Amino acid sequence: MSFSYLNACLTMLLAWGAIGVAGLLRPRSVEFAGRTLFPLGAAVGIALAVLALSGIATPAERAVLPLGLPGLPFHLRRDALSCVFLALLGGASAGISIFSTGYFRKGEGALPGLLCLEYHCFLASMGLVLLADDAYAFMVAWETMALSSYFLVTTQHRIPEIRSAGFLYLLIAHVGAIGILLSFGVMQGGTWQFTFDAMRAAHLSPGWATIAFGLALFGFGAKAGLVPMHVWLPEAHPAAPSPVSALMSGVMLKTAVYGVLRVSFDLLDGLQWWWGLVALGLGLVSAFYGVIFAAVQTDMKRLLAWSSIENIGIVFTGVGLTIVFQGAGMGPLAALALVATLYHCLNHAFMKSVLFLGTGCVLHATGERNLGRLGGLIHRMPWVAWLTLVGVLAIAGLPPLNGFVSEWLLLQAFLFAGDVPQTFVNMLLPVGAAVVALCTALAGYVMVKFFGVIFLGQPREAGLAGAHDAGLVERLGLLWLAAACIGLGLFPVQVIGSLDVVARELLKLPAGGWGSEWWLLAPAAARHASYGPLALFGVTLVVVVLAALGVRGVYRRRVRRGPAWDCGFARLDARMQDTAEGFGQPIRHVFEPFFQMERELPTPFDAAPRYRVSVGDRLWTLLYLPLAATVRWVAEQVARLQQGRIATYLLYSFVTLIALLALVL
Amino acid sequence: MTTLGTATQLLELVCATLAAPAFLGWVSQCRAWLQNRSAPSLLQPYLGLRKLFHKDVVLAENASPLFRVAPYVVFGTMVAAAAIIPSMGTGLPLSMAADAIALVGLLATARVFLSLAAMDIGTAFGTLGARREMMVGFLAEPALLMVVFVAAMISKTTSLPLIAEGLTTRALALHPSLAFTAVGFTMVLLAENARIPVDNPATHLELTMIHEAMLLEYSGRHLAMMEWAAALKLLNYACIGFALFIPWGTSTEASGPQGLLLAVPVLVAKLAVAGAGLALIETLSAKLRVFRAPEFLATAFLLAVLGLLMHLLLGD
Repeated sequence: MSFSYLNACLTMLLAWGAIGVAGLLRPRSVEFAGRTLFPLGAAVGIALAVLALSGIATPAERAVLPLGLPGLPFHLRRDALSCVFLALLGGASAGISIFSTGYFRKGEGALPGLLCLEYHCFLASMGLVLLADDAYAFMVAWETMALSSYFLVTTQHRIPEIRSAGFLYLLIAHVGAIGILLSFGVMQGGTWQFTFDAMRAAHLSPGWATIAFGLALFGFGAKAGLVPMHVWLPEAHPAAPSPVSALMSGVMLKTAVYGVLRVSFDLLDGLQWWWGLVALGLGLVSAFYGVIFAAVQTDMKRLLAWSSIENIGIVFTGVGLTIVFQGAGMGPLAALALVATLYHCLNHAFMKSVLFLGTGCVLHATGERNLGRLGGLIHRMPWVAWLTLVGVLAIAGLPPLNGFVSEWLLLQAFLFAGDVPQTFVNMLLPVGAAVVALCTALAGYVMVKFFGVIFLGQPREAGLAGAHDAGLVERLGLLWLAAACIGLGLFPVQVIGSLDVVARELLKLPAGGWGSEWWLLAPAAARHASYGPLALFGVTLVVVVLAALGVRGVYRRRVRRGPAWDCGFARLDARMQDTAEGFGQPIRHVFEPFFQMERELPTPFDAAPRYRVSVGDRLWTLLYLPLAATVRWVAEQVARLQQGRIATYLLYSFVTLIALLALVL
Repeated sequence: MTTLGTATQLLELVCATLAAPAFLGWVSQCRAWLQNRSAPSLLQPYLGLRKLFHKDVVLAENASPLFRVAPYVVFGTMVAAAAIIPSMGTGLPLSMAADAIALVGLLATARVFLSLAAMDIGTAFGTLGARREMMVGFLAEPALLMVVFVAAMISKTTSLPLIAEGLTTRALALHPSLAFTAVGFTMVLLAENARIPVDNPATHLELTMIHEAMLLEYSGRHLAMMEWAAALKLLNYACIGFALFIPWGTSTEASGPQGLLLAVPVLVAKLAVAGAGLALIETLSAKLRVFRAPEFLATAFLLAVLGLLMHLLLGD
């Protein structure tokens, strides 16, 4: 049998599965699962990433697996789009797996062997989602992914909050899955063939196509965490162990993006430009909503979860923009927007993993998730602090790191949208750019808060003095991911070379459209705009080094250490620093209408004055609680049918039979 | 990459770095005159820097390496920004590497490092300053980006030299959109450079200060680098304004070395006028309460967005 990338990728997924099952051999041994199996999983991840990257430009391959139901085997297909996401899965999971090698400890919730099984099942099922080529295989993989991640979230299942967070996650995942299933049902277009090939061939009327797209957007949006289906993210991420949060936020959310891209550009024909506006609007709302809520959080993992909502919002903004451009027949701009979208997916996978794993180290070292009890950890945990700083600067969208590249591409796509046939869209798009700009600036705010409160300043609790830095393998995992952030930031041309293949294949465009210089990113669609991070970084670095050496060399003054000056105030203590609540106060003040705030203010006569403020999500009271109440009401009405007496049930059967007979006769 | 381009690049970089404190001195001088005080010398900022460079650094006991690196990073990003902005000539080789969006990103990098460094010691003033700086920044940055977008949409490019060239070579036309954005830009300039009405460069009153609060723990050469970077930032913003709104007089590839020679006095004249104008604004306006700063900046942001919509409605 000749070599095929599809078979090779599939072997890697099987290897993951085998590693998972191997965990059951010695389920109680942390050494076996952690020190042997997780590194193997990381190696498989790297191999998968390499395979996917080298196979990206090769023609699509198909295979039919002799698995599944009789007459309904698994169809698989590997093309450029799945390759990009497989590379993302392999690359990001490699870093996370290396980290996990040192992370999982004895006595933390579920057995290590079980954890290993769930973890690798999760990885393999995500890979299968990306390779599936029929609705049946897709849904099986999708549900395996949801279930395995549910068990991972509820690793510490003895804690009630974690159980309820897991339940919320499972519930929304399944509501979403129904949407996806129905969308596939519409897309088969009366042929009753559920292979993706049949869906590609089916012709839907515009109305049905719109319904299919809407269902897919709803279903995948629920998984991705688009507002208003985002509520599970801030609950599930803090509940899960940090590597699992990293994997879910960094990689799993991207499978939903993959789904939307697959459905809108590949499976559905008759794309309509205004669908893009819907996706764009949802994306912008999510980005804005996510970032302002991130700014007021006090739990570090919850903050990152809200930041994921923001980033997914930006990704969906890109998806929407691509659909608008593609629908309006503006190929090069659509390619630019799609590349920006894919680039942001890649970026977010790595930078958010760095941050989540960083919080994992902090959590292990201090046992604390609350920002108000941290501080000054850069002295105790320099490795974690500096590597997290890379992730922080990247996600804040600062050059020369990777977050800026995708932001730059997206803004270019927005800026040169001037020729969309619909005038009012023309007016709307720059306002969208304004929202993206605002969100990026706010992301900077959030990240300064995140890093500053955790790692800088004075320790807010006495116990922090004993915090220890991450172990060697944990550092290695973080280093891998941080290096990816830097690499993606400094060499965008090389990355785009691969992403452009996808854009061409998916949007059916001719080749080209990017500048030819290896160091200069110059999309032709953006007319004379260029960005060369390497040169920019080089010049800045030279200036920084020259300035530092020059100033020290010429003046040769000493550095003395003394107590902090603080305007001459002698009794500085840790409680005088800003808390996380304090740092978020301007945002709470400026965007007050968006928050549901409960304040508890002390009166002058309180013996022990207490100030408390809690910020809630208005959507809970506006949408979810009424929805839950309605569901409960309906259930209660239906429950009236249940009398618990056998005679009544016999009567129901009798009435049903009569009714059916009446219908037939 | 032509020799003229390289020459322009080097000249700009060196001139901007060296002349930045003088521009700050000029603004202070004008302010003093307007307020009926006897003015400090134009060289006062240089003397201040020299004094600081000659002092030992006293570092807080719990200062991390980030605190020591930040002054150089902030200074470096400001110099790199100065190298991108076409203040004298438009044929800058480095401007290929960074367009207007990257410039905004560079300025944001400086802000983030400054804020992080301010939080490093863990004093009340430092964190307060960092929080306020980020509060100003999260509205000023998108406002600046919107200003840049209007100019970019008119010239159909985000490259700053091309925007400047586009505006000089076109027939003189009134762009109502640019009028709106120019007002927005001025407001951003005031806010980002810690000028009245958002901040007061002369204050040391803790209730009002933003930028100074972040520098309180710095001393010696570190403080000097921060002060120098602040001066460079003001100059950079002024030059961004010139490039976007009054680019006439900058040399282009076509105008040759003579153009470059002519561009220097033109730039000095523009800076003199702009500095005097800045001093006038500062003298005429009162400091806003910190809580009002977001409103001030939201106005700037909305003005810029309005300029954008105006451009789309009216066309070029």
